[in-house]
Amino acid sequence: MSLTVLEPGFYTTIQDMGRPGLRHAGLGAGGAMDSYALCVANLLTGNEPQAAGLELTLSGPVLRAEQDMLIALTGADMEPRIVGGMELPMWRPVWLAAGTVFTLGRAAAGCRAYLAVAGGIHVPPQLGGRGTDVRVRIGGLSGRPLAAGDAIPCMAAGDGAPPAVALEARLRQRVLAEGRRQAIAMAAPRWFAPPRAYGGAGADGIVLRAMPGAESGQFSEAARTALYREPFRVAPASDRMGLRLSGPMLERTTRAELLSHGVAPGTVQVPPGGSPIVLAADCQTTGGYPKIAQVAHVDLPLLAQARPGATIRFQPIDLAEAQQLDLAREQELAQLAAGIKAAMSGL
Amino acid sequence: MMHVEYAFNIEGETLRVFPLGDRAIVLAVATGNKQTWQMLARIAHRLRSSSPSWLEDIVPAYETVTLYYNPFQLMKEERENDRGMALREENKLPYKIALDRIEGLLKMSEGEADETASRLVHIPVCYGGNFGPDLEEAAARSGVSAEAYAALHAEAEYTVAMLGFMPGFPYLTGLPERLAQPRRAEPRKSVAAGSIAVAARQTGIYPVSVPGGWQIIGRTSVRLFDKTKEEPALLRAGDRVKFVAVREHELDREGKWIV
Repeated sequence: MSLTVLEPGFYTTIQDMGRPGLRHAGLGAGGAMDSYALCVANLLTGNEPQAAGLELTLSGPVLRAEQDMLIALTGADMEPRIVGGMELPMWRPVWLAAGTVFTLGRAAAGCRAYLAVAGGIHVPPQLGGRGTDVRVRIGGLSGRPLAAGDAIPCMAAGDGAPPAVALEARLRQRVLAEGRRQAIAMAAPRWFAPPRAYGGAGADGIVLRAMPGAESGQFSEAARTALYREPFRVAPASDRMGLRLSGPMLERTTRAELLSHGVAPGTVQVPPGGSPIVLAADCQTTGGYPKIAQVAHVDLPLLAQARPGATIRFQPIDLAEAQQLDLAREQELAQLAAGIKAAMSGL
Repeated sequence: MMHVEYAFNIEGETLRVFPLGDRAIVLAVATGNKQTWQMLARIAHRLRSSSPSWLEDIVPAYETVTLYYNPFQLMKEERENDRGMALREENKLPYKIALDRIEGLLKMSEGEADETASRLVHIPVCYGGNFGPDLEEAAARSGVSAEAYAALHAEAEYTVAMLGFMPGFPYLTGLPERLAQPRRAEPRKSVAAGSIAVAARQTGIYPVSVPGGWQIIGRTSVRLFDKTKEEPALLRAGDRVKFVAVREHELDREGKWIV
């Protein structure tokens, strides 16, 4: 099973839920920027939540399904459609006939979309993950973004996504019954996963809830107030390592240098220039800049959808609430998984 | 606002404990020195050996150990351990539960023999020439000949305070004061893999070729990060390191670097 890349899009990589466990060796966990969207795409195709899929950035690829396959698209809306045919719905499983060529355009809002294939993308795991780490050149296809001509190896639903096998068979039958021409055929069930739970992909102004960082006390009163009151803009030099923000300068009241220490996705660090950087999935394991805040884990999918030029606002949250929301999100995904499984088996 | 700062007493040292957001915890000592780096490395090693499933990563650094955890996994494990009733009654936060569990793990393993303190790693280095383009200038700033600078660098014993900046990059402390160097005003666009570098009172080794601003004094053929190994980094925090001066034609001979 495979997908062929006809055009790679702006920046498309294979990602999974990351490879934690080697931060002590200096290797970051990486993984999908919007882990919520990839997780839902996986659930919609009967995969395990941590299966590998494609992360599409700003402008999507043109792909050809080399076999019949069940896919799902989530995250930012890049207006997916079959070339010469109909639109592909997002947030629901879609069956494609072998030979179908489909294309994704520019994200109207948001930044990243995800594509899962029933069975999962089957590149060999490296250092505990299949996701691409471009800097270290591991995972994905030779540790690099996709290029035209690449064949993306996929497992069959029967091997990696048992819950989807029956659905796949039903959708195939539906297409055959309607007697549609194979190469542009698709079918989808009526049910879908509502994206409302996170709703971030479309939002113009993104609100990130954040806790005080270890060095927040080293910033001026004005800086701490401005962080939560003023809007920040995502600068163009932002990527999977971190988002650079422009806005009010955040002034530190001491010049003392810090010794390097552990950082994490969501850490808001402030280099001497005063413009904050929010670290993201591919961030280094350690850093030396003072940390003014830490974005709640539950809001990292929103960070993933902040494109250059987008407006970000911070809102204070305390640790207790952040942890409750994080657990509630996991609970919600568990319920969604159960609901999708039931829908797939036709109950 | 909830009070989130605590303290642990481990090995007679007081460790400050505070959160790094909702999925990581920091243990911090007041001052970093050779003893504390090794203590933090021991703590990291002990926690890693007990490897509870909810503890994803353990990163020792100069004055801290950062523990990355998965709250969902932690709560699941708590429930499975039949503590569900107590959990519901107390409505405890994952953060607080994680602290209790970590303190328990550390107390339990306190005083246990451990091999981290004994690892001494020898790294062959070819000093100067094309391999160490900054050696002459560095030596001049330190007021010694290039040969003497290299000899002093190889004579000292270093401690790996932490790995970071890039996979496998060791921050080595213990550089003799007179060998200390400023960073380059203009970082090099590319520093060769295996380069031995000096900045301030630290020395380090570049695992792969990247831009860098440290002064380059030599090169090793030893691989600092091997993607094909389950434990890809050659060094870990707390290791002791000695450099062994070799000539260019000896550089490929790896020799015995773990004693």
